Amino acid sequence: MSTNAIKVESASKRYGKGVVALDKVSFEVGQGELFGLIGPDGAGKTTLIRILATLLLADEGYAEVNGWEVRKDYRKIRRHIGYMPGRFSLYQDLSVEENLHFFATIFGTSIEENYDLIRDIYVQLEPFRKRKAGKLSGGMKQKLALSCALIHKPAVLLLDEPTTGVDAVSRQEFWEMLRKLKEKGIAILVSTPYMDEASLCERVALIQKGHILSIDEPKKIVSAFDKPLFAVRTNDMYRLIQDLRAFESTHSAFPFGENVHLALKNPIWPEAIQAYLAGKGHTDIEIHPAQATIEDAFMELMGQEEEVNQ
Amino acid sequence: MTPAITADKLTKKFGDFTAVNQITFEVKKGEIFGFLGANGAGKTTAMRMLNGLSRPTAGQAEVAGFNVYRQAEKIKRHIGYMSQKFSLYEDLTVRENIRFYGGIYGLPGREIRRQEKELTASLGMEGYSNTLVKAIPLGWKQKLSFSIAIMHRPEIVFLDEPTGGVDPITRRQFWEMIYKAASEGMTVFVTTHYMDEAEYCGRVSIMVDGHIAALDTPRALKEQFGAESMNDVFLQLTRPNQ
Repeated sequence: MSTNAIKVESASKRYGKGVVALDKVSFEVGQGELFGLIGPDGAGKTTLIRILATLLLADEGYAEVNGWEVRKDYRKIRRHIGYMPGRFSLYQDLSVEENLHFFATIFGTSIEENYDLIRDIYVQLEPFRKRKAGKLSGGMKQKLALSCALIHKPAVLLLDEPTTGVDAVSRQEFWEMLRKLKEKGIAILVSTPYMDEASLCERVALIQKGHILSIDEPKKIVSAFDKPLFAVRTNDMYRLIQDLRAFESTHSAFPFGENVHLALKNPIWPEAIQAYLAGKGHTDIEIHPAQATIEDAFMELMGQEEEVNQ
Repeated sequence: MTPAITADKLTKKFGDFTAVNQITFEVKKGEIFGFLGANGAGKTTAMRMLNGLSRPTAGQAEVAGFNVYRQAEKIKRHIGYMSQKFSLYEDLTVRENIRFYGGIYGLPGREIRRQEKELTASLGMEGYSNTLVKAIPLGWKQKLSFSIAIMHRPEIVFLDEPTGGVDPITRRQFWEMIYKAASEGMTVFVTTHYMDEAEYCGRVSIMVDGHIAALDTPRALKEQFGAESMNDVFLQLTRPNQ
């Protein structure tokens, strides 16, 4: 019987009296799966990852990693996971090479033994191997942290916001590395506040205020958005948003880059929208049918959640 | 109408290293201008020159009609600045932050009190005036920092990676505040390395290795590069060989 790489059932965590960090969260990550935890700051992503890394205990619920329960078998879990915390946590005063050597030794292995796994990443760091970790650029720090998390050939990787604060180029390179690691059979749980990274995962959980809004393949989450959607633009963005919100057929209107995404309560002809906006004095009106994005879906789910709570 | 910002061959060298290499551009009054680049491309150095914090090595620039060499102090008084990393004092309350910045900007006490009321009401933060800033949600912090950065009605506000980390609805509320300020004539200069923030700007420039590699509306840039998103445009410019 194959166990899941990660299994969480109804996990809850409170801090102090009022703050609910996690509220009955359940999900599973399969062996070799690349799973994304997508949500804003304060959604509970770090709490969840710290529970799985056995650094924090849930108040209620059950969690296991690679078949081991987080309370009972925390020692085994620690030996078989690679964990990259949100803050850069390597030794700033040690060189690139010394950091890697240190982590290899802690786990009773050597750089040579598992070099295969980190080769692609480490070759990019090699020119700087004598440099102190604290002196590396953001993208390089992130690569070193990933190498250190991989040096003992973990079964499961837990990555807490690895792409926060790094530029678009480093982000893309990082996701390419994750895809290669996935091909080597390592299960990866990666958290991110960037909605656009959802499409790079096989499955994602959208999380907000300690609560999972949806778990599915990114494509299916997007296709579940079933309202008629238009991208609208005119000469005056600010007034456009206000006017669209006051329109009788509007379900929601949110700025999306150069356009406003207008979701309708029910299908109407674009000409009706055009006429309404012209009547409000807008010029250069453009209205096109739009494809929903993961952000449209996220906002719709957030809205539904609030309705349920009211 | 005079532009809000003009830069003409603006250059900054540190020893042999040219951090900003002859950048030339204009930002119109009331425009939302995105200033993009990878880490280390020279964005921060360029912005520091425009803020009157760093003296250029060569070239010219005027901000809000003031010269960056001779009138740096005047520039500082006519701009607002907000950064995602630091803008508010976490150990002060909401009210104390508003009063502190109001005082720094030299606003009269009456005006500060009026704005405090108006600001907390428009942000839906009534009842939180005496709450420490570290205890309020990130989305509120961002909206509050922006409101405080424009308390003195500056002609130009500089935003440094303003919207990272918040949920998509809060993020859009933030952009709506920016659109509102711009529709009232304020110029907004946004530096960021998150390309989806770029999509919200009227025009964007992309810095690569100290120079401006592209400058246009997001739509025109996407057409020019045959790209789906600003992220694709950016990757094509910064990784041309792949």
